[in-house]
Amino acid sequence: MTDAVISAQHLDLTFQTGDGPVHALRDVNLTIDKGDFVSFIGPSGCGKTTFLRCIAGLETPTGGDLTVNGMTPDEARKARAYGYVFQAAGLYPWRTIGGNIRLPLEIMGFSKADQAERVKRVLELVDLAGFEKKYPWQLSGGMQQRASIARALAFDADILLMDEPFGALDEIVRDHLNEELLKLWARTEKTIGFVTHSIPEAVYLSTKIVVMSPRPGRITDVIDSPLPRERPLDIRDTPEFIAIAHRVREGLRAGHQED
Amino acid sequence: MKGTLGPVLTVILAILAIWYVACVPMNVREVLSAAERDGAVVTPTDPVERRDAGAVGLVLNNTAHLGASWSLDRAKLPAPHQIAVELWNTTVVEEMTGRRGIVNSGSLSNRGLVYHAGITLWATVLGFVIGTGLGILLAVGIVHSRTMEMSVMPWAIVSQTIPIVALAPMIIVVLYSVGLQGMLPKAVISAYLSFFPVVVGMVKGLRSPDQSQLDLMHTYNASKSAVLVKLRLPASVPYLFASLKIGIAASLVGAIVGELPVQQGGLGARMLAGSYYGQTSQIWAALIAAAALAALLVWSIGALERRTLRRMGVV
Ligand SMILES: Nc1ncnc2c1ncn2[C@@H]1O[C@H](COP(=O)(O)OP(=O)(O)OP(=O)(O)O)[C@@H](O)[C@H]1O
Ligand SMILES: [Mg+2]
Repeated sequence: MTDAVISAQHLDLTFQTGDGPVHALRDVNLTIDKGDFVSFIGPSGCGKTTFLRCIAGLETPTGGDLTVNGMTPDEARKARAYGYVFQAAGLYPWRTIGGNIRLPLEIMGFSKADQAERVKRVLELVDLAGFEKKYPWQLSGGMQQRASIARALAFDADILLMDEPFGALDEIVRDHLNEELLKLWARTEKTIGFVTHSIPEAVYLSTKIVVMSPRPGRITDVIDSPLPRERPLDIRDTPEFIAIAHRVREGLRAGHQED
Repeated sequence: MKGTLGPVLTVILAILAIWYVACVPMNVREVLSAAERDGAVVTPTDPVERRDAGAVGLVLNNTAHLGASWSLDRAKLPAPHQIAVELWNTTVVEEMTGRRGIVNSGSLSNRGLVYHAGITLWATVLGFVIGTGLGILLAVGIVHSRTMEMSVMPWAIVSQTIPIVALAPMIIVVLYSVGLQGMLPKAVISAYLSFFPVVVGMVKGLRSPDQSQLDLMHTYNASKSAVLVKLRLPASVPYLFASLKIGIAASLVGAIVGELPVQQGGLGARMLAGSYYGQTSQIWAALIAAAALAALLVWSIGALERRTLRRMGVV
């Protein structure tokens, strides 16, 4: 328990909307350890984004307990404990790639020299060295998404929260970025929360797969992956991989049938 | 550009043609009086009867005596070429050969149009800068404070429903009574007209970042001022420029209106003086100078906009 980075107990979140309450999260219990790569998978509307936003202190749960590094999410946010990668890259069009990555650094008051050094380092990390002076519109969608990951990495938060970062990309680019992401995770030893709709992506990346189901949003299965941390792309053809993918699919199907 | 030249020329030619035709009935009474003085027989001969007759009827009955329609000294409607001559005389000729012109006196002639346009220009620019600054400050306040929005916005809207011609003399009198005169009262009126479009555009622009962009700032635990400087202000730049183009034109109107009641120079004073002395071509020349000034100002804002957006990497 000592190295639990994120811990949720009986977490509830109900949105009050014009047409009545929406139970986005109901009785969610989950512990994420330091260095875990956790994927959240489930049908649309099951509360994946909402859970991630709760961890990030962007939504306030209506019930239960949630701690991040032993603090409340809001305290963790103020301690700048995490970087958040949104579904859309969301780079500011009036800033260069370097300028976008510098944005959090400027806000957090890093020195000029430190900023330059960090920008250079994270750009190399996401394979975008040499694109510092380009504007977002001069980059492809995949490159923009990598730049937004670099932006989240720049200030060295130990938690990285990613909401379908590769959702809009084609399979080949996605495979490549998945591989890069695993290498990056191995190098930086961050704790990663990752939302996806793709079963292979979830199984390939994760040490822990959280299967969720909607109405009300809840966790139906948590799978601890037996796969080794070192994962070449062709691990996806091994029986272990296929077995986990099968279990995830079963979990998703079970969630559906309960409706 | 090439494609627009044809239509634009056609429109200009049509306007000129209509103008020349309109000069005839507009000026017919003065033309006939002058002709009569020179010994011509005009119908009807009785001046009283002529006063009551319709302009078109007079034209049709006296087709032989209309030659002076386009060359009257104090025409009700001067012909375009007369205005062009007036423009030429009050700018180039006045400055080159006039006793007070720039060639002979070393400074712009206070009887020339350039001098008066300059006065109006400075009042406009000063008022525009004040109005824009005020507008941006108000917009920042409105975006950050609900109370400010509730208390300021209705007044800003009401302020725009008061006709400026009614308000301008009061502003001038009030400011005069506290010892302010000259450029500043005009600039105040000018600022009064230009701040509103800036407020409206900037409020919209400062609110243009979407929720995910604000969330991103939130994850950095960014202060309100950081959000303002790093996100809201840059995002509002295109909106600002759209407002500035409206604002600068409004500023010019404000400066001219502010010059009407006080005969202390400027295009507005020039227009009013022209109407006192029946110098219609002077009014028209001042009007054209004002239009040219407006075009120049709006074009300058456009050029600044293009430069700024290019430097920001957008477009
Ligand atoms: N701000 C909000 N106000 C009201 N309801 C909301 C709000 N945000 C989310 N919801 C509702 O909460 C539920 C969960 O939404 P959430 O965005 O977390 O789903 P998701 O699992 O991320 O779906 P997707 O895979 O489509 O992104 C949905 O029914 C959604 O309509
Ligand atoms: Mg989502």
